[in-house]
Amino acid sequence: MLNAILALSALALTFGLLLGFAAIRFKVEGDPLVDQIDAQLPQTQCGQCGFPGCRPYAEAIANEEAEINQCPPGGEATIHALADLLDREPLPLNPENGVEAAKTVAVIDEQTCIGCTLCIQACPVDAILGAAKQMHTIIESACTGCELCLPPCPVDCIEMVEIKEDILTWKWPYPEPATIEQPTDNRQGATA
Amino acid sequence: MTSAPIRLWDFHGGIHPEQNKRQSTQEPSAQARMPATLTLPLHQHIGAAAEPIVEVGETVLKGQKIASANGYVSAPVHAPTSGKIVAIGDYPIPHPSGLSALSIVIETDGRDEWVRYAAKQDYTETNPSHLRNIIREAGVVGLGGAGFPAFIKLNPGSQKKIKTLIINGVECEPYITCDDMLMREDPQSILEGIRIMRHALQAERCVIAIEDNKPEAYESICKAARGVEGVNVALVPTRYPQGSEKQLVKVITGKEVPSNGLALDVGVVCHNVSTAAAIYRAIHLGQPLISRMVTVTGKGVKRPRNLEVLFGTPMDELLAQCDVEADQIERLIMGGPMMGFALHDTNLPVIKTTNCIIAATRNELGVERPVMPCIRCGACADVCPVKLLPQQLYWYSRAKELDKVQEYDLFDCIECGCCSYVCPSNIPLVQFYRFAKGAIWTQEQEQKKAAQARQRHEFHQMRIEREKQEREARRAKKKAARPSAAAPKAPPADGAKIAEKRRDEAISQRDSAAAARKAEIQAALARVQAKKRAPQKTAEAPDKTEEKTAPATTAERAAATQKSAITKKDNATSTHDDDQPVQ
Ligand code: SF4
Ligand code: SF4
Ligand code: SF4
Ligand code: SF4
Repeated sequence: MLNAILALSALALTFGLLLGFAAIRFKVEGDPLVDQIDAQLPQTQCGQCGFPGCRPYAEAIANEEAEINQCPPGGEATIHALADLLDREPLPLNPENGVEAAKTVAVIDEQTCIGCTLCIQACPVDAILGAAKQMHTIIESACTGCELCLPPCPVDCIEMVEIKEDILTWKWPYPEPATIEQPTDNRQGATA
Repeated sequence: MTSAPIRLWDFHGGIHPEQNKRQSTQEPSAQARMPATLTLPLHQHIGAAAEPIVEVGETVLKGQKIASANGYVSAPVHAPTSGKIVAIGDYPIPHPSGLSALSIVIETDGRDEWVRYAAKQDYTETNPSHLRNIIREAGVVGLGGAGFPAFIKLNPGSQKKIKTLIINGVECEPYITCDDMLMREDPQSILEGIRIMRHALQAERCVIAIEDNKPEAYESICKAARGVEGVNVALVPTRYPQGSEKQLVKVITGKEVPSNGLALDVGVVCHNVSTAAAIYRAIHLGQPLISRMVTVTGKGVKRPRNLEVLFGTPMDELLAQCDVEADQIERLIMGGPMMGFALHDTNLPVIKTTNCIIAATRNELGVERPVMPCIRCGACADVCPVKLLPQQLYWYSRAKELDKVQEYDLFDCIECGCCSYVCPSNIPLVQFYRFAKGAIWTQEQEQKKAAQARQRHEFHQMRIEREKQEREARRAKKKAARPSAAAPKAPPADGAKIAEKRRDEAISQRDSAAAARKAEIQAALARVQAKKRAPQKTAEAPDKTEEKTAPATTAERAAATQKSAITKKDNATSTHDDDQPVQ
């Protein structure tokens, strides 16, 4: 009995020391809170929150200088994720910054583009390819839809287009309350 | 055939829904009529869509490849008959979304003229990798319903030893009888296909599993397998969803396929009987996959039966050949009543995964019942073949608690529908699981995209910072050499839009020196515009340019021309280069 207690205490002590040591030795560099907040933001880098990018906004939240409801591209989902993370009450999205809209990408009308490179400089994620006086194109997979390239374009040849749903991106919808109230067919499983 | 009866195991749960198979096995299968046009979607399988290799107007022969596989997990598409390509574009496809996808439309010429392919009867001389390649090029995918490219499941990998090849003739879903019919009518092709697969996999033994509600098929296969060494035929008691891969592996070998794992991990490979027959045709006859057996059934057709159908055939033509009573049909379903899905239209094409079409009349697939709250009866857990907790999955899916629902192994759910089937509260459980899976995938994709954007943004800022430093260093140097040169002030970008202001702030913040460079660009721009303006008819565009770069004087233009060489070099900013700025 005594042996067991002693053995266990010894074990507890060793592990306690080990853990304590590990906590000091492997301390995370940087500010993990900002990283965690930043991880919840959509990284559109659009500035609609009033900060020049997602990370500055994350820093402001961490320093309690900004509310968690300022990011329109993230919308409700981001607000909930932030509320969870920071243990705060979720707030409705601040309408002053804009509304949650369908995802879009920028498309350059290659006929009109004069190759001025102004959009390239505005794009926060380097999603635009092109050289001076040559028509530019946008790498669709890299574009975040931030719209920052629209205002600098002198010939207004950039347009935001909604990302079209296809059979690869299509997802089953949430079963509507209507279906729950009046189902067509449950006895036969999935085919409703 | 080895005659000793093989030992069978049991799987958890399962149900016994009404079979409804007899209706469609009353008469032998028949060849469906050749339609005037065939519409071939390029995404008929799991994996990436095939890429068209023909053009509109081209004539093609039967069996000619018209779209090639795109990447490893993909399958080519072949012309099911000879004719002319009349269109390549988006057409509605049989898919739960009701969306359209890229398809090739062939106008048939009625000659049904084959393209020549080399047949390989002596495949034993051929090495397995070459065999897999022929099967891949023949566009063979799993014909049981999922449509996974077959050649991938014929590759055991370098380490893994395949002990058992299971040939799935279970066909446990109600209504569907296409495999049953094939086993009755053409057991030889199946057995030949099995030989090829065993050669490719170097599998020790093979078990053909058939449910005991198909005695004719069992007889037929047993007869064909008599005397074939290493091939057993197992008659398994009928129970849904026995034909699902992991459940069947358990029944035949007693092994549990690990969660997230493959049958391959326990030394087993499963293929459908129809896939075996298709492999036989690809190797022995040199014929790619261009048609399949389709069960056309349901109370909405007076003559339910199995038809051998060319891919691309519109479903309404098949229904017509089975004496459809169009006004009676309430829902058209592709696949079985448990795992299939409702179609949005009747003229959708038959594709590689179309095993069954059910023209269901009102109330044929169950009467409407109101959904009630979950009473926590646990019936769903009793029947779940994966031993999940469907009730918990339901709560968390419904509440959109995506983390929680994954903790309850949502992704092990095979969407068999057993839980919905028994739920006394009529909750459409599977619909919630499908929704939750989709939502999780979307979330993952978004996170991936966000991570990519974060990285690109960080890189962008690093680049801007470095350029700025370099520019300053150069300017300092130049200033020292030629103190009189002053940077021209950039005209401020107009526009009261907030976004624009923000952008400007951001730009000036990160890079004040860019102003100088901007002026350069403006000058160059003005010149280009001036040149372009004459033929330009866009009213708005030149206007804006004009006010921005108003005094596009000759002097400025000259300067711009002079500098354009450098500017060009300077602004050849592709995404990642580190160019040398002017000034
Ligand atoms: S609004 Fe959202 S997406 Fe846009 S920069 Fe701010 S945090 Fe990033
Ligand atoms: S291309 Fe335009 S919309 Fe897309 S990320 Fe770049 S600046 Fe934003
Ligand atoms: S649908 Fe999923 S949860 Fe329901 S019984 Fe089948 S495997 Fe289990
Ligand atoms: S069968 Fe239906 S009512 Fe019963 S526990 Fe499951 S979900 Fe709830």
